[in-house]
Amino acid sequence: MNPVLDIRDLRVSLRRGAHLVRDVSLSVDAGEVHGLVGESGAGKTMIARAVLGILPDAIRVTGGTVRFRGEDLLRLPPKRLRSLLGREIALIPQDPLTGLNPARRISAQMTDMLRHHLGQSRGEARVNALRLLQEVQIRDPEQVLDRYPHELSGGMRQRVLIAIAFSAEPSLIVADEPTTALDVTVQKQILRLIRQMQERHGTAVLFVTHDLGIVAKVCHRVTVLHTGQVVEQGGIADIMSAHATPFTRALMDATPRYDQPADALHPVPEHVHQELRAAARRFDEANP
Amino acid sequence: MTGARLNWRIVVGGGALLVLALIAIAAPLLAPVDPLEQDLFLELLPPWWQADADPTRALGADSLGRDVLSRLIHAARPALIVAVVAGVLTMLLGTALGLLAGYMGGMIDVVISRMVDIWTSFPPVLLAIMLVALIGTGLHSVIIAIVLIDWTRFCRVVRSETLAQTEMEYIDAAVIGGLKRGAILFREVLPNVLPLVIVLLTLEMSIAIIVEAILSFVGLSVSSDSPTWGGMIAEGRQVIHQAWWVMAFPMGLILIAVLALNLLGDGLKTALDPVLRR
Repeated sequence: MNPVLDIRDLRVSLRRGAHLVRDVSLSVDAGEVHGLVGESGAGKTMIARAVLGILPDAIRVTGGTVRFRGEDLLRLPPKRLRSLLGREIALIPQDPLTGLNPARRISAQMTDMLRHHLGQSRGEARVNALRLLQEVQIRDPEQVLDRYPHELSGGMRQRVLIAIAFSAEPSLIVADEPTTALDVTVQKQILRLIRQMQERHGTAVLFVTHDLGIVAKVCHRVTVLHTGQVVEQGGIADIMSAHATPFTRALMDATPRYDQPADALHPVPEHVHQELRAAARRFDEANP
Repeated sequence: MTGARLNWRIVVGGGALLVLALIAIAAPLLAPVDPLEQDLFLELLPPWWQADADPTRALGADSLGRDVLSRLIHAARPALIVAVVAGVLTMLLGTALGLLAGYMGGMIDVVISRMVDIWTSFPPVLLAIMLVALIGTGLHSVIIAIVLIDWTRFCRVVRSETLAQTEMEYIDAAVIGGLKRGAILFREVLPNVLPLVIVLLTLEMSIAIIVEAILSFVGLSVSSDSPTWGGMIAEGRQVIHQAWWVMAFPMGLILIAVLALNLLGDGLKTALDPVLRR
């Protein structure tokens, strides 16, 4: 089966030259949730942004390909890219507070996508928005449509954003730490919802997170990153097994669990970091 | 902006402005006598509550025996015209440049921001006097001077607010949603900047009224025979010891107009903020 998203040797660098992502390759199959895990600064968000073409001004892609169903997103004409983004590739943003425009009603923000990409009329789009809100299990969807974002709770806002992401039936969704800004009880519900929606719609998801606990719950396969390099890649069972690399195991030991006391937590040992940083340096020397 | 609540500031400020606007519009009907009519027998006549007042000159007369009340009423016209026209034009110019600088960034931002820095380093009143001296007196030059000087006020605020909004993830979502830059600027960013711009507009209008008064005080506004509040203050200053009322009434009206605009601005600020509203 051809992967929906196939990233080959992706290199992302600052304009000044320093590398942030060092030749990362990964692929996401249809209907698969692929976790992209790493500490902050590991380059996971940069990979996600490179896929979506929304890297900050000072940062650019300096090598590799990002193939979406065979088309290289990095080299598509802007018009073709615009028609793919949103329609075929959608985003679930990190912060449900800033992910919605505070000055516009939920209905306006939900129908944008439907009208713009699917060419639906105002009435059709509203009916579909209503159906989507029901699908993400929002109570009183009729009322929620007429509200402003600040009138909804964080969990409800994230449900709205999930509904928007799925609204055009994309084949790939990039979820950038979609539960980080939520409290733990809501987190669980949202994760379950993303997984349900993904299964029902057969959508591939690139799931960015720093939390291995979350990865274990929602992902089929995982790519573990450190200093912009792939440390480990594989099925969830392999990653969680004892055969994992020292860094992955250390990362697991550093993940808080609610059923264990906090003193069972260990920071990633310094020598593990140092080895990986040395590898990054060797890469930089070979690729100035 | 549906759902914006009225509060007492909007009611009082807006009400006072409405009355002033009606007075300006209906000036020829409301003024008891011709504001230009001189009657040297009535020279420096006191207002109605003082002894030897004339009932036809309710607020007294100036040094040429012209009716203070009628002049006040007619002078509301240039003041409000300047406030509205200069205010709106300043808003349009400053907001457009601010949006551009904040959203496009890069060289465009550098050029616009440096222009703002250079502009604001001039003392504004002096600059206004120089400009009017250069392009000639009259209402339109007063308006041009205000627009050319005060656009920086909008530009600065709108630029920084646009920058803040551009950081938000909903802008990323809009980019991914396939919207073009222009559409994002007008449909996503502008609605979030608009409440601020409207509040600034009320501030700008009150500043325009004061600047017009200053320019007419130094005789650089409309021609000296048609009445202005600033011009009346200038005339009253010469006779301040014999007839305080010639100067006090126009000052009072400027005060009321500016206060009303500031109240309205304050009220709108809370009414238009999507988070404070409710």
